[in-house]
Amino acid sequence: MRLDLTHIQRWIAPGSKVLDLGCGDGEFLQRLEAERDVRGLGLEIDPDKINKAVARGLNVVEQDMDAGLTNFPDQSFDTVVMAHALQAVHYPDRVLEEMLRIGRQGIVTFPNFAHWNCRLYLGSRGRMPVSRFMPYNWYDTPNIHFCTVKDFEALCEERGIRILARDMVGNTHRRPLLASAWPNLFAVTAIYLISH
Amino acid sequence: MNTSTVGIVTPQSVRFEEPLLLACGRELPSYELVYETYGELNSTRSNAVLVCHALSGHHHAAGYHTADDRKPGWWDECIGPGKPIDTRHFFVVSLNNLGGCHGSTGPVSANPATGAPWGPDFPSLRVRDWVHSQARLADYLGIDCWAAVIGGSLGGMQAMRWALLYPQRLRHCVVIASAMRLSAQNIAFNEIARQAIQSDPGFADGHYLAKNTLPAKGLALARMVGHITYLSDDAMASKFGRDLRSGSLELGDEEVAEFQVQSYLRYQGNQFSGSFDANTYILMTQALDFFDLAREYADDPVAAFREASCSFLVLSFSTDWRFSPSRSREIVDALIAADRPVTYAEIEADDGHDAFLMPIPRYLALFGAYMQRVKEGC
Repeated sequence: MRLDLTHIQRWIAPGSKVLDLGCGDGEFLQRLEAERDVRGLGLEIDPDKINKAVARGLNVVEQDMDAGLTNFPDQSFDTVVMAHALQAVHYPDRVLEEMLRIGRQGIVTFPNFAHWNCRLYLGSRGRMPVSRFMPYNWYDTPNIHFCTVKDFEALCEERGIRILARDMVGNTHRRPLLASAWPNLFAVTAIYLISH
Repeated sequence: MNTSTVGIVTPQSVRFEEPLLLACGRELPSYELVYETYGELNSTRSNAVLVCHALSGHHHAAGYHTADDRKPGWWDECIGPGKPIDTRHFFVVSLNNLGGCHGSTGPVSANPATGAPWGPDFPSLRVRDWVHSQARLADYLGIDCWAAVIGGSLGGMQAMRWALLYPQRLRHCVVIASAMRLSAQNIAFNEIARQAIQSDPGFADGHYLAKNTLPAKGLALARMVGHITYLSDDAMASKFGRDLRSGSLELGDEEVAEFQVQSYLRYQGNQFSGSFDANTYILMTQALDFFDLAREYADDPVAAFREASCSFLVLSFSTDWRFSPSRSREIVDALIAADRPVTYAEIEADDGHDAFLMPIPRYLALFGAYMQRVKEGC
């Protein structure tokens, strides 16, 4: 289980209703259902991942969130989760608004592009960073809207989105303090709990 | 015969003497249903699956009737040991619907009032009539609650109607390549099919059995039109292209050229008209046209699905234009808004509407994965 997903769990109330945007093979949703007894629904567009998620016993709907989420009624879920997908959608700001229309709260995780490693890579080599967390070349990456911790918080400010809690995950477990103290420099993954 | 077949099966039949009040207001005093079963019913009677057939289907869904049969049942790709509807785990019931022409009471059966075949006087049927008659079959077989009710196309309509009429009697509803109601274009195709039959002099206003004639040409034409709508443009292009069966298109060649697709359609039409009853075809297409899931729920499919208490699997196929993926999406969106558990996928396939009968790897894998969940709840 990815570290950011472990962090998310405590913000999800037992027995609540969860929509997972970009649920992948359903590993996280399955764990939520098992440990938090949630009623989950996943959205995914990758056929193989959908098959895997269904094999885990999950409810999954094949739907491209970039094409809109208007089929979901207002406030019909307790929590809408989007883990590591914000940077891959065409209109991240619209998806965020939709998350908070559909859910009472939203949880977003994304890779922080301002991490010192990225800055060093770009600064010294002058090329787009390729790392363990972002293992793609610029031309074949699904990640088309990279942002930083500061960028995300500025967008929330601008759109009147409240940040209820945030968690910063650094690249080592030994020094979580660095990521909390200077998130934009040391957070590899940023995790936000948001609402309107 | 391959190893993953249910093998040789024998149809059974049951007669119901209790009258059935139909949606049209008329009453069938008694009726017979012919059905097949595959697999074993478990001791708690919780592993039964109902398969509902489509327009021209029947009870013979899997396996073979004799060792010499050239082809297995119509859904043999999906029913059998190791297949999506795995007969090592499920007790599968497949029947010929009321009004059918493969053994269940229908227009070719004798009208008890006259002793002659019902013909065109057989009562008009709605999808709900089939559901009620299937519920009686379930009672007869001692099945209180189906693990799943499953159907493609018109069969999917029956499965959805089950979920609304008998919410406590199914745990899962599997709706494949179906719709909550037909579009005008769809009804139009059905009307052409009916007109083809009715304008054949052999139809004799539906009394062809009494008059010893047959609307064979009309029925074949109806099937040809239908068949085109079940295939995609691409599927027909790759199967036939513009290949000629006879003649040539050379200048100076007087013989009229015939395309492969022409002879294929004629073959399909003739095969069908030799094995299907014209009145049944009219009755079934009308049931299709009349079906409207949400009509009695103020045309609100969300309100309709709130009646349901089962989980749903909805599947569509990318090139199906007769029951297009958008029709399936309407079902899914209504289920989401009604807060009902739903899984949905649009399967990439070239085969048009017929894809639901084809061994498409992603389709079988996903269907099988879902049925695994159904099994675990048995």
